Amino acid sequence: MTKYLLLKHYRGAPPPVNDVPMDQWTPEELSAHVQYMRDFAARLETTGEFVDTQALTPDGTFVRYDGEGRPPVTDGPFAETKDLIAGWMVIDVETFERALELAAELSAAPGAGGKPIYEWLEVRPFLAAPATITE
Amino acid sequence: MHGGLDETLLRILTPTVIGILVRRGADFARAEDAVQDALLEAMRVWPDDPPRDPQGWLVTVAWRKFLDAARADTSRRHREVRVEGEPVPSPGEVVVDTLQLYFLCAHPSLTPASAVALTLRAVGGLTTRQIAQAYLVPEATMAQRISRAKRTISGVRFNQPGDVATVLRVLYLVFNEGYSGDVDLAEEAIRLTRQLAARTNHEEVAGLLALMLLHHARRPARTGADGRLVPLAEQNRSLWNTRLIAEGVDVLQAALARDRLGEFQAQAAIAALHADARTYEETDWVQIVEWYDELVRLTDSPVARLNRAVAVGEAYGPRAGLAALAELDPALPRHAAVAAYLHERDGDPMTAARLYAEAARSAPSLAERDHLTRQAARLNAQLRS
Repeated sequence: MTKYLLLKHYRGAPPPVNDVPMDQWTPEELSAHVQYMRDFAARLETTGEFVDTQALTPDGTFVRYDGEGRPPVTDGPFAETKDLIAGWMVIDVETFERALELAAELSAAPGAGGKPIYEWLEVRPFLAAPATITE
Repeated sequence: MHGGLDETLLRILTPTVIGILVRRGADFARAEDAVQDALLEAMRVWPDDPPRDPQGWLVTVAWRKFLDAARADTSRRHREVRVEGEPVPSPGEVVVDTLQLYFLCAHPSLTPASAVALTLRAVGGLTTRQIAQAYLVPEATMAQRISRAKRTISGVRFNQPGDVATVLRVLYLVFNEGYSGDVDLAEEAIRLTRQLAARTNHEEVAGLLALMLLHHARRPARTGADGRLVPLAEQNRSLWNTRLIAEGVDVLQAALARDRLGEFQAQAAIAALHADARTYEETDWVQIVEWYDELVRLTDSPVARLNRAVAVGEAYGPRAGLAALAELDPALPRHAAVAAYLHERDGDPMTAARLYAEAARSAPSLAERDHLTRQAARLNAQLRS
């Protein structure tokens, strides 16, 4: 089994086919979308492939060390930042093909007009623990 | 750890108790659930109130749990309770022993991950939570993986003879998983393989046990205090566990004497030759190459061919190793890492540094990536000065 991160972007991914901002959906369309995501996660739990899902707010703060005894320096949020992560789901599956299949299902979550969003998701494999026998 | 509780005893008793419940008429899936519930109760109760007869206690509690669950199921379906009292064993009753549980849990209809999870629970006596922690998934996910696995094999009869090779693949996967969680999966795999070896007379079971012992013996030397990988050439050999090595060599020799070679025996023979060398320089690479030839013949595995190229490089010089490597697909995992090593040995640090960096980018684990990056950095620093 390999763990994969299915990454959802606010910005940085190619535009989806059904590209209507969420705040312009009807409340019913929003509920249908949320329900689809919940059902998807619940189904992955029953197949033994679910690990985690989280959503992030769009406001990120950049922070860095500024020397001994000094408070951290913060900056941002940067409107021009190209890549902005919206959230993720972590799955644990037998094959890369299965990861793609599940990501495609997630991408079909309904949006405006109840039609699939066709959202682009990024699939990233986790680095694993080193195997015991390698030589 | 749970105070004075002997978890190992619980684990050893688990498959026996499942077997007893099945002999009394329970189906495997329910018997297994009932024994798991009994294990959890034992973990709660035993530390303060240890039983005089642990196995009897587990059988009694598990049987009660089984009856409760069966009754609940039956009343849900508004049907007669048929499991009351002592069930009558059917004539010609199937004797379920631990060996059959190994076969059932590694049944070929299961995916490798399901077989691993089910084996750890039903044969290994681990709790769902412990297995979930070891594989870094939520407990609910692991519970579902296990119940799906049980549904998949629900039609399989116990007395069907199984294939030892499928069991060995599952145990090998458990051993190779690494060391996350509070249960040491490598030690658990060794215990289960030892238990299997005691019940079968199969040379490859012995081969796998030897392989595990010989690798486990060198585990303390394989990672540094900071968690970094220590390559074989740099390992502090005084950290190797000589008792485990001696046992591994004994088990292997007995297996090889039967003259029915298999892939695990061949791998164990290679591990034994490494373990036998007092220094890296004393390693018998010529013999190791011969064993890799056997391994390639037995498995035709690209990984074996890649490792063979390394051994050829050590036995006959880096040029010979590079020639062996040239016959392999560059897309193989760790191909660049092997090429880097051989080029450095061949006196070409520039190419080696580039290849180490390339290998680091496609490394499958963080520890390996760090190791390969360090190799590239070392050579680059050397080239600058």
